[in-house]
Amino acid sequence: MNISNEWQPSGSVESLVKRAQILTEIRQYFATEKVLEVETPTISPSTITDVHLEAMRTVHTNPHSVKKTHLFLQTSPEYYMKRMLCAGFPSIYQITKCYRDDEVGRCHNPEFTMLEWYRLGFSMDELIEDVDMLLRLVLDTPACEKMTYRELFVRHLDLDVKSDTDLKIVTLCKKFGYENIVPLYFKDKLSQFDRDMLLQLLFCEKIEREIGLERPIAVMKFPASQASLAKIDPSDPWLSLRFEFYYKGIELANGFEELNDADEQKTRFILDNKQRKECGLDVKAEDVKFLNALKAGLPKCSGVALGIDRLLMLALGKRHISEVLSFDFASL
Amino acid sequence: MAHFSTNEFKAGLKIMLDGEPCNILENEYVKPGKGQAFSRVRLRKLISNKVLEKTFRSGDSVEGADVMDTELSYLYTDGEFWHFMNNETFEQIAADEKALGDSIKWLVENDTCTITLWNGTPIVVTPPNFVELEITETDPGLKGDTAGTGGKPATLVTGAVVRVPLFVQKGEIIKVDTRSGEYASRAQK
Repeated sequence: MNISNEWQPSGSVESLVKRAQILTEIRQYFATEKVLEVETPTISPSTITDVHLEAMRTVHTNPHSVKKTHLFLQTSPEYYMKRMLCAGFPSIYQITKCYRDDEVGRCHNPEFTMLEWYRLGFSMDELIEDVDMLLRLVLDTPACEKMTYRELFVRHLDLDVKSDTDLKIVTLCKKFGYENIVPLYFKDKLSQFDRDMLLQLLFCEKIEREIGLERPIAVMKFPASQASLAKIDPSDPWLSLRFEFYYKGIELANGFEELNDADEQKTRFILDNKQRKECGLDVKAEDVKFLNALKAGLPKCSGVALGIDRLLMLALGKRHISEVLSFDFASL
Repeated sequence: MAHFSTNEFKAGLKIMLDGEPCNILENEYVKPGKGQAFSRVRLRKLISNKVLEKTFRSGDSVEGADVMDTELSYLYTDGEFWHFMNNETFEQIAADEKALGDSIKWLVENDTCTITLWNGTPIVVTPPNFVELEITETDPGLKGDTAGTGGKPATLVTGAVVRVPLFVQKGEIIKVDTRSGEYASRAQK
């Protein structure tokens, strides 16, 4: 009789031993740095408003109530961790499961492990150094390269993302065979949303695969229109203090010098929801407790989220995320 | 024809691209953490046989291609068309030289070939993995030679030229791997 092999873990013993070692090294690093390990809930009654991120949902039945509570699984622990910082906690980190709907692929599993940490008083540059130190420790990489988002586009595509016209971006996309992705309405003007979408396309297909091949690269100062929860660059309001780390074609970490202006944060939530509506997506209630915490005051800090599974892929030279997970989505 | 969204893209799905039917080889999900998701697709154009990469925005749809494979046996050629028959329904189909391409040199009467039809018209003819063909021309080899000395060229009855071991002679029937165009063995009598 043939017994199906589908019960087997997707990751090898070797991979999962390495995972345990790396988690130990990370905890040692933060212990030495005097950063406090914390745990926050993975469920919440509210979620992020990002247009390109969808949270999974669950329902809670309460023995003290007839009403069922709809909850979201976290896409990242950011809001809870910032609420702790607003309450006076010192620099903190956590290693936690995050969940993202509609994301399955070579580097994506709907449930994955995130390392997220916040450093009080750190600038974006200081946090980049911190990330680099951790990568050097865990992956034994040489010191990272640093380049701005704008410089990368000039170098690789001869495109100035700040001053070049929408037409130039569209012409470039068509030249590379992406005419099917250029919005149909385009005559000479793109919406800000679609301009960013095409820049993300060019970045994914024409830049990301070319950079950070020898050593990790920190891509700094994303446009303010892709700022997410980052502060605006005081030296140029068109830019944000957001950075990303890439290594060997893998997007490894995303960080910000954190936005601590509650009004600006609320405005971004409103703009996100407006865009969600235009894209035919449901509107997400803003996280009121998070906004109230920001009003109480988030001290100057920088924070970053780093994908542990991708870090393992790099440490082991694995091509697919399933190889570093005990059970990937396909083996559930 | 139905439309397929990128969520349905998988190896083997046939879609239309630039007016040509294509077979999807691989679909990679690509997404920046804070940005739009894309599908990076590797596909083979079925008529020109070119492999290319095409990126789609996640959630976009494309038209499917009405492409199907049938197993037909080869009958004969009239010089312009190559005729094949379905052995169960006795229905016949004629393929032109373009659909045959390199397969012409591997066609053996009564062999079962895979014919790819697009909107009912043959666009690709794939011969069986192994065919048996007679050698019509080759230099006389040395007696006692065993395989593995580099061999010699031999012309087959269909005009195909393959390298064969020195001991194989004119008039013999040999088995050839059509995927590599290499000699496999002498045919079993």
